[in-house]
Amino acid sequence: MTERCREKYLVAGPPFLFLLLMLAVPCVITLIASMSYPGEFGGLAPFISKDTHALHGLTLETYLFFFSDFIYTEIFIKSILMAAGTTLICLMMAYPVALLIARSPKKRRNMLVLLVILPFASNFLIRIYAWMIILGPQSALSRLVNGILHMFGQAPVHLLFSSAAVLTALVYVHLPFMVLPLYTNLEKHDPALLDAAQDLGANAWQRFCQVTFPLSLPGVFAGSALVFIPVLGVFAIPEILGGTGDMMIGNLIKEQFLVARDWPFGATLSVMLTTILLLIAWLTSKAGAIHA
Amino acid sequence: MHDRHPWLWAAAMAAYAFLYLPLAIVVAYSFNDSRLNVEWTGFTWHWYQVLLHDKNMLVAAGNSLLIALVSCLISTVLGTMAAIAIHRHDFKLLNFMVMTPVAMPEILLGVSLLLFYIQVLHLTLGMLSVVLAHVVFSTGFVAIAVRAALAALDERIFDAARDLGASPWQSFRHVTCPLILPAMIAGALMAFTLSIDDFVITFFTAGVGVQTLPLHIYSMIKTTVTPEVNAVSTLLMLLTLALIFTAARLAPDTLKGKY
Repeated sequence: MTERCREKYLVAGPPFLFLLLMLAVPCVITLIASMSYPGEFGGLAPFISKDTHALHGLTLETYLFFFSDFIYTEIFIKSILMAAGTTLICLMMAYPVALLIARSPKKRRNMLVLLVILPFASNFLIRIYAWMIILGPQSALSRLVNGILHMFGQAPVHLLFSSAAVLTALVYVHLPFMVLPLYTNLEKHDPALLDAAQDLGANAWQRFCQVTFPLSLPGVFAGSALVFIPVLGVFAIPEILGGTGDMMIGNLIKEQFLVARDWPFGATLSVMLTTILLLIAWLTSKAGAIHA
Repeated sequence: MHDRHPWLWAAAMAAYAFLYLPLAIVVAYSFNDSRLNVEWTGFTWHWYQVLLHDKNMLVAAGNSLLIALVSCLISTVLGTMAAIAIHRHDFKLLNFMVMTPVAMPEILLGVSLLLFYIQVLHLTLGMLSVVLAHVVFSTGFVAIAVRAALAALDERIFDAARDLGASPWQSFRHVTCPLILPAMIAGALMAFTLSIDDFVITFFTAGVGVQTLPLHIYSMIKTTVTPEVNAVSTLLMLLTLALIFTAARLAPDTLKGKY
């Protein structure tokens, strides 16, 4: 063995073995668990059992179970719609910010980027908690909204524990993931293109629609993936800010593992979520490549 | 400058306000002399005093610090090794493995580790299971910081070291290490921050064995809204801010993994 080769194994070995054990193996276990029978007292049934009447071995039953009741498909569809809505709102809010930063003087750009990241130095739960305060039944915002509704003779509404509260917090938590890739893209645009468009008689809106936006599509796709993927996995936001009807995939998974203790079904849900995410990651990277 | 339309300004400023207002409210109400987070009634340090006497909170904070310290030490070593292996030996599979936990939704890592701990290792969930889980995701962040520093190095200094008769270890100890040290410290601070802030993965891997600060905050906000949460939030924000600022000063690329 050459010295360089030995060095390679010495350096790569520990992190590789650690991640093999703590990442690759658990992923394989999840896949196997999704095809197992539930154990008698939660967990999984043993794969090999002396009792021939007990359920053991591998099965696709849990996958069939998923489709046997429409409620699970419905939660998946609702979660995907929620994630799509979050992505769209994030895009609309992040675009002006990213554009403003990209068109600011160079010296000020890093500062403005830092200002986008900074609020996210705070704990994830604190950011959710902030919305509990803002949307609470006694809060200034709630009183304002209900005051206006009252003026028009409408019944008062609860802002907290609603889909709107969940959507607001989802946007709030994931906004910087959209701003940064957009800004990275917009910063590279050649200002001469806009000059040219202006000389050819395009107004500000036309310059945006026909020059800036089409050029920024790779950034749009990258940001969308960075928002969409984590949103599809959340469970704390719907649990804390949502009502009973706002369950998302994450809540369903958490429920199976910690409440219902049906681990094979929980694992099945995780595998299905992973499949959807991989599909989306693949699609966005393809779409990004076409426009790059 | 081009096309900095007043509407663009207005929309961007509204977005910045959206980012900061909620946190400002949390901080402001931590000094509010009222049990309800509804109206400003006067200034007080009361909630910080309550915090100092809340035994559960202090135990949780102690656990969080210990977990963060241990997991950040381990992940700094593993992350640095991974960065060197990826940079010097072009180990693509390792790169993929290091970056996967950074990109995947936390819940998926959390449940697969839970399954692994219980079904395969038969481990009692507690401090150890949480520390190992934190190492899995923070190793990637250390690797990002250190790789950026390695990429910026001039390869010829290693040739020089070898020509002067340095063994690989001596070359690492006296050449590479001092040069990548700021990035390693930045990565370690990032790992520490991520560990102290982590909720989702800890939630699945802690069991009933150990309470951390985010888990404690979670159980508090699920039951009641009290300004004590505002106070602990404010302190936690200050701590993370200080850590992130230091990390960003030492190695500007550190934040890129997370954002």
